[in-house]
Amino acid sequence: MGIAIDTSLDISPLVIGGREFRSRLMVGTGKYASNSEMIRAIEASGAEVVTVAVRRVDLSRANDEGILHHLDPEQFFLLANTAGCYNAEDAIRYARLGRAAGFNEWVKLEVIGDTETLLPDTAGLLEATRVLASEGFKVLAYTNDDLITALRLEDAGAAAVMPLASPIGSGLGMLNPYAIRTIKSRLGVPVIVDAGVGTASDACIVMEQGVDGILMNTGIAAASDPVRMATAMRQAVEAGRLAYLAGRMPRRETAVPSSPLTGMIGE
Amino acid sequence: MITLMVNGAPRELAPRSTVAGLLRSLGIDPRLVVVEHNRAILRDRETYSMHALRDGDSIEIVHFVGGG
Repeated sequence: MGIAIDTSLDISPLVIGGREFRSRLMVGTGKYASNSEMIRAIEASGAEVVTVAVRRVDLSRANDEGILHHLDPEQFFLLANTAGCYNAEDAIRYARLGRAAGFNEWVKLEVIGDTETLLPDTAGLLEATRVLASEGFKVLAYTNDDLITALRLEDAGAAAVMPLASPIGSGLGMLNPYAIRTIKSRLGVPVIVDAGVGTASDACIVMEQGVDGILMNTGIAAASDPVRMATAMRQAVEAGRLAYLAGRMPRRETAVPSSPLTGMIGE
Repeated sequence: MITLMVNGAPRELAPRSTVAGLLRSLGIDPRLVVVEHNRAILRDRETYSMHALRDGDSIEIVHFVGGG
């Protein structure tokens, strides 16, 4: 058993698009060494929202098992992504295919602009967000840490905006806390930091900025022990959230004693 | 025979084949996939057995896989 953290202290649940979620940690399902390890890691993470990708069934392989053979849609909230799409048209097509699978009308929208950095094509992202939102999708838009793009995505109808901490799969942690805080302070819709979290301290620091949640995949899947890391990430997200709600002490450049200055012997 | 593009590769089928027949011949459980016929998603699996395929049609059969 892990260490129990009193999440009752987090008085406001995460609400996206009118739906309440019990965990502020969302996880991906890619890059695991085995399906059994993936399931154990997801369960250890405590995540409710779990992302999946849409791909062709491999007809050259007998029994190309999709992830639904291993992941119970009753147990997890499946969030289809549009990973691998490089323009709005493809992303919209993938989103519709994901919806047709029949679980929900939510999409983690990615429109990638560059193969090396996997940074988003924000023009395509805005266009796809507008179209999908008008079709009734709950769009969770993966974007960079640019405030103006985030504001435009909210205007375009995104249910949540997902700025990156650092590039997908990089594990570099949060490169621009100022930008993340600014986006959070200016948006009405939830802000979920997506991508770049490499270890538990990264997750904690992200949550301490006051954002509503984190989505991660590689940070757990590429750890030497993904189940242990998933547990660490769960605790870090909860710790960071509580620390944000608690309100940190002011920083000082000088020391302030913690013990009384009076009552010393020999005075 | 008619020739279709199925997931990007040509595949020969008997005339008057249906989507349901194609999936059956591929050993695919219709409940676990989504089918796109000439870029239009077939949203109702109940209609697969009536959905006729024609020479030159394009079919995409997709499912969920691991991803972030």
